[in-house]
Amino acid sequence: MSEARAKDEARTRVDRVLRVLLPIAVLALGVVVWELLVRVGRIPPYVLPGPRLVFSTLISDWAVLGASLLVTLTTTLEGFLLAAAGGVGLAVLFNQSRLIEYSLYPYAVILQVTPIVAIAPLLLIYLPQQAAVLACAWIVAFFPVLANTTLGLRSVDHNLADLFRLYGATRRQVLWELKLPAALPYILGGLKIAGGLSLIGAVVAEIAAGSAGAGSGLAYRIVESGYRLNIPRMFAALLLLSVAGIVIFFALSLVSHLLLRRWHESAIMREV
Amino acid sequence: MPADPSASAAPVVALKRVGKTFANGVIALERLDLDVRPGEFVSLLGPSGCGKSTALRIIAGLSEPTNGTVEAEAANDAAPRRIGFVFQEPTLMPWATVAANVRLPLKLAGLEPSAQARVDAALARVGLSSFAQSYPRELSGGMKMRTSIARALVTEPKLLLMDEPFAALDEITRFRLNNDLLALWQSLGKTVVFVTHSVFESVYLSQRIVVMTSRPGRVFTELLIDAPYPRDERFRTSADYVGHCRQVSEALARAIGATEGP
Repeated sequence: MSEARAKDEARTRVDRVLRVLLPIAVLALGVVVWELLVRVGRIPPYVLPGPRLVFSTLISDWAVLGASLLVTLTTTLEGFLLAAAGGVGLAVLFNQSRLIEYSLYPYAVILQVTPIVAIAPLLLIYLPQQAAVLACAWIVAFFPVLANTTLGLRSVDHNLADLFRLYGATRRQVLWELKLPAALPYILGGLKIAGGLSLIGAVVAEIAAGSAGAGSGLAYRIVESGYRLNIPRMFAALLLLSVAGIVIFFALSLVSHLLLRRWHESAIMREV
Repeated sequence: MPADPSASAAPVVALKRVGKTFANGVIALERLDLDVRPGEFVSLLGPSGCGKSTALRIIAGLSEPTNGTVEAEAANDAAPRRIGFVFQEPTLMPWATVAANVRLPLKLAGLEPSAQARVDAALARVGLSSFAQSYPRELSGGMKMRTSIARALVTEPKLLLMDEPFAALDEITRFRLNNDLLALWQSLGKTVVFVTHSVFESVYLSQRIVVMTSRPGRVFTELLIDAPYPRDERFRTSADYVGHCRQVSEALARAIGATEGP
């Protein structure tokens, strides 16, 4: 009996190690192939820089790139928090008042489906640059939060709703004790999407700003480096953006896991 | 001692010529007359779709009848009608612990100060004291149902309404919960209205069985089960029980036949 159990535990451990090791191995292999390609093909750095060059550029230009990373991350975070607050707040408002929902929801949809790439230049005309970038991050990120929260607020077990009615719950109690907790998994799903999207929104706005010649975020550096044919720096900036996106994703996944792990199907380890 | 169902005390709830038609035109109930007498254990028995759940929800005040009246002891803000309701699903809040789930009715009524003692007592009565901090997901079906029953009892209601609560459970758990329920009923002196489609369950548990027809739902007949309490597994295998079951089955078959007539 305990032998089978030991085998099971060993298998789970191997599984967990493989999950981390295999992607890293693929990455290492990719980097090696890339470096070889550049060396053997004698590809010039302004066409395709090799990984070593990209990495050394990252280090040598850190003063510029690091500062830009901070600018982009700050905007992304601010945009995300505002989108989270706005999305959840609006969803609750719509849930409590049908009149407001009918009046405003279509415009939320319109805002969502109009491509942000087209809105960004317009915003840059009317708003100071940082505000325009923040607005873009918010616009792109708030709708998934709104949509998912709305879905969650409506997905209450109708028997539970009856139970609350039976015990004379007030509207406030129904919202805080029933609807919002029931909606939490949906809200967290929306937030995970919004995290990545606020980064995208910020980047789109920065690139639009960069094309006009102004800015300080990481995406702006990419545009600027492109104009100056500093391709290694472009790659370095892109690498940083990628890492930023990955970190955001993992951070939100962790938050979601911590909040849901004791009770929601999505976060629970199944014993097989 | 359980109250004598033929006693002439005022009914806890009286449904008089109650009708219920749904928005889609389905006539769930028509001219339903039902008195629920204090302290009794009465079952509503009928085939699926005969409106017995609808009748129960009307008794609970969760649903308004389209015709007829529901007479119940006056409810007001100071003394909300003390009713416990147990659904077919355990209907627990998955994000809250067992104790928090049981505490919910007290919380909603603003009765927090005395809550802990009553929650502990309710959990002890259903045998779940050591699971107070567990989450519903960690419990078996029978334990979830017992949590639901504890929640229904925590406000010490006078009327306990149960809508096929054991239907989704395995037989062993069901028999066990039948006995637990009878023990609770006897020791707490509540009035219980129990909806079921099982002849055997209704005979085992009740003093009075109201057999309903379906489409539209109406009382077909009533049978009294005069076997004494406490009832246990010996009753389940006695000739008395079998005889009652046969009687009730026949009544149910006739009720179904009455529906399917021309």
